[in-house]
Amino acid sequence: MRWWQIWKGTAKRDADLERELLSDLELEEEEQRERGLSAEEARSAARRAFGNTTLIREQTRAAWSWVWMERLVRDVKYGTRTLLRSPEFAIVSVLVMALGIGATTSLFTMVRAVLLQPLPFRDSGKLVMLYEHYRHNKGGDEFNAVAPGDYREWRSQTHGFEDMAAMRSYGGILSGVHSELPEVVQSEGGSANLFPLLGVAPAFGRLFTEAEDKPKGEPVVLLTWSLFQRRFAGDPSIIGKQIHLDTIPTTVVGVLPNWFTYPDARVQYWVPYAQTFSEGDYSMHAGHQSEVVARLKPDISVEAATHEVSAVQYRIRLAYATRPVAEDVWSRPMIDDLVKGVRTQLLVLLCAVGCMLLIACLNLSNLLVARAASRRKEVAIRGSLGGSRLALIREQMTESLLICVAGGGLGLLLSLASTQWLAAHWRNLPRADSVHVDGWVLTFAAGLVLATGLMAGLVPAISSTGKELLSALKESSRSASGSASRARLRKTMLTVEIALTVMLLVSAGLLFKSFLHLRMADLGCRIDHVITMKFGLPEIQYDTRDKVMLFHQSLLERVRRLPGVRGAALVSVAPGSGPHDDRVFTILEKPAPSYTLQYEAMTLTADPQYFSVMQIPLLRGRVFTEHERLNNDHYIVVSKQFVDQFFSGDDPIGKHVRVDWNDMGEIYEIIGEVGDTIYDVTKPVEATMYFPILSGSPDHTSEATIVAWTSIDPLAMSIPIQQQISALEPELPVYNVLTMDQILGKTTATQGFAANLVLAFASLSLLLAAVGLYGVLSYLVTQRVSEIGIRLALGAQREQILSLILFDGLRPAFIGLILGLTASAGTTQLIRSMLYGTEPTDPAVIGAVILTLLLIALFACIFPAWRASRLDPMQALRTE
Amino acid sequence: MTKKQAQQRANLLQGTLDMLVLRTLLHGPAHGHQIGKHIQRTTNDFLQMQHGSLYPALHRLEERGWVTSKWEMAPDRNREFKYYRLTELGRKQLVIEESQWKQMAEAVARVMWPAAEES
Repeated sequence: MRWWQIWKGTAKRDADLERELLSDLELEEEEQRERGLSAEEARSAARRAFGNTTLIREQTRAAWSWVWMERLVRDVKYGTRTLLRSPEFAIVSVLVMALGIGATTSLFTMVRAVLLQPLPFRDSGKLVMLYEHYRHNKGGDEFNAVAPGDYREWRSQTHGFEDMAAMRSYGGILSGVHSELPEVVQSEGGSANLFPLLGVAPAFGRLFTEAEDKPKGEPVVLLTWSLFQRRFAGDPSIIGKQIHLDTIPTTVVGVLPNWFTYPDARVQYWVPYAQTFSEGDYSMHAGHQSEVVARLKPDISVEAATHEVSAVQYRIRLAYATRPVAEDVWSRPMIDDLVKGVRTQLLVLLCAVGCMLLIACLNLSNLLVARAASRRKEVAIRGSLGGSRLALIREQMTESLLICVAGGGLGLLLSLASTQWLAAHWRNLPRADSVHVDGWVLTFAAGLVLATGLMAGLVPAISSTGKELLSALKESSRSASGSASRARLRKTMLTVEIALTVMLLVSAGLLFKSFLHLRMADLGCRIDHVITMKFGLPEIQYDTRDKVMLFHQSLLERVRRLPGVRGAALVSVAPGSGPHDDRVFTILEKPAPSYTLQYEAMTLTADPQYFSVMQIPLLRGRVFTEHERLNNDHYIVVSKQFVDQFFSGDDPIGKHVRVDWNDMGEIYEIIGEVGDTIYDVTKPVEATMYFPILSGSPDHTSEATIVAWTSIDPLAMSIPIQQQISALEPELPVYNVLTMDQILGKTTATQGFAANLVLAFASLSLLLAAVGLYGVLSYLVTQRVSEIGIRLALGAQREQILSLILFDGLRPAFIGLILGLTASAGTTQLIRSMLYGTEPTDPAVIGAVILTLLLIALFACIFPAWRASRLDPMQALRTE
Repeated sequence: MTKKQAQQRANLLQGTLDMLVLRTLLHGPAHGHQIGKHIQRTTNDFLQMQHGSLYPALHRLEERGWVTSKWEMAPDRNREFKYYRLTELGRKQLVIEESQWKQMAEAVARVMWPAAEES
């Protein structure tokens, strides 16, 4: 409606202006005639006096206020028309820009949601996490989990923080009051003050009380929203009723709000922190498993507050010098703590898509320069007829802006679809649920469109509307040097493009190589045809060594009898499925003066056949026998790494270690040494101690993994094995039913994801660079057709022409390659933490990149060069 | 008149053209041709009206609401012309521009002929 009115208004005013000018012109003519001139002379005199009426009209129209809109409409019209004249160019450019802008927007959305947006807690900038820090830490994680005793002393003895709260992750079996529908779920223990500290109010019911937050407190539970909806159909009448947690009747006191998915969306319920400990453990200083959240006081700096806590910790350390107690306390902001695992990956991906977008921009710019060159005469003629340079630049810019707007629109749609996909398929992405497109993202995308449009359009527009109009008009297609400067411009852009591509390729190659390295990692055990599944015996029914041992014994017998099973064994945690318990110990034969972290090893429990079933080689001594069971359990088998680290490779058999089980020490004799297995393919090998699982000790062996080596498809054996478990204990749920292959795939999935994405971006960039190289060279050849014709006519050999053109095209590729390799020396430092088994200067990767790039460059150059060498000199000379 | 002189005059005219047009219209409504002719005659042909600046100026003044226009029959010729008429806003603007011009002219005069000022 408005547009139409404006259009109507403009048309009317136009007609009005025309009439006004005409009437005044006629009047002038009449006056000249009255002065005695002939009709003919009067008319020409009047026209002379008036000057260029078209120009007057143009200038007058400029005084009208909406003229800029009219100009815009006209520019867009011209731009669209020019673009439609070569639809292939338009479609390819729009698609390339759509990919670039879409991918960048997607990554920005994720970076914003995950890294930049404040946590959804009250005044979340004031929240920090406190960790213990060992001064002699051997390069591992410097932020160590906190012992409950330490946390309690910090809280009672320091005043620098407004308050501090503790939490720990905790697994559990959830079932109904009649033990129906048991499921193994992830849960958390949180201290009573945790939720008030974070500023979280329950959606229904209430939070924990201080009285409940005691080791033997009244069993209560807070449900998360997802469990409340899923299992209890969102019915608030569940509050005050009971459910079973690890077979203990527990009262539901409240439901947490929908938005509360901290620290992980998979957490199903919260129990009071202190109830996850026994009376004695609640004040221990040697067992580390908790995380501590603290809120800063408004007027105290984080350094001062942390320093005070650190001083308390140092006093604790002095009191327990022989135990694993840290000296210092370190803190970091809560948000950094939550995103520490993905920050580098996200930033690397964002940089990668940024590079790709830049390459796409340069490519578009390059293509536009070529198009501008072919329209050089048109532009020159328009310039000499009075078209202002600004108008010409604006018109060319419109073209690139149009491409970018269309690409941006398409890219935004693409990013809407891909962002959710990315967030959902990124394993363990914290805050994945907060990833969504909002006003800021749209603004970012719009800014991106504008920036890319200007960047791609400005260089060609300025370079093609230079002042040498006359030279352009005079220049014939025969002159070989006329557009040398433009060719130089294009080659420079191409060099930058190739340098960026090399950087991307090197990063992608390194990431991909480390991914392959992980995929082919040797776990140190059998991978093929092995199925694993976990179960945890409820401690209420299985409270003695006899009961646990009997269950394990009968289960093994039953599974080994199954057809299709070649061997079965029990272990606490299967290789490759993540970290497990570690313990501090001392070697009796080599007493250490005070406690050091050096004497720490992972602990596993295993049955006698575990090593043979999993093909873990026995290196020295012997493995367990059926005799190491029940209370005759003071024997351990150690791994090769253990022997190398603590015995410098000497014979460990017959030596004794004293292991601290929380606050009680026991002595074990080393009976054997076996090969290493890896608990996480992204981590180095750790020293390991194996304890006999047939001891049946409820504390250490009630959680177990059954591993079965099968003769048929291992997944097909999962149901028969599960049936054996439920035959022994009908309500016992199993979880993590995975083949060893799947375990490997799971731990490498994130690395594979990132590596594949970067590789995809790099390949696309390589393709773009190849297209750019081909485009520039073809353009140069077309420019030099007549020159080549003359050379041929004067007797140049075709091979000479071929190498002349090839060298012309390969030079920017070489320079770009060198620049890119130099730059990647810096950028690969950024991804160092994402690399496994590869160095940033990996010669194989860099060699492969050089070879790939040169091959692609050669491929892109060979066709135009070959065409040039096949030119027919007569035809070339005739070509205008 | 050399090209250089014409250039100088055009420069002089710039910025003051709006004022001259408004002042001309103080006598009563006029069409574009009359306005141009009037300025030219009053300055003894010193200021030659460029149509390329006059019409944009007129439309600019109208856009700002300082003049209104209407097609009217000319009293001497049997034809309609587009007559411009000063508005109340235009009158005020003329006073403003006039006083600004005066200040400007006095300031220039003080610099150029300091002796004349003293006597």
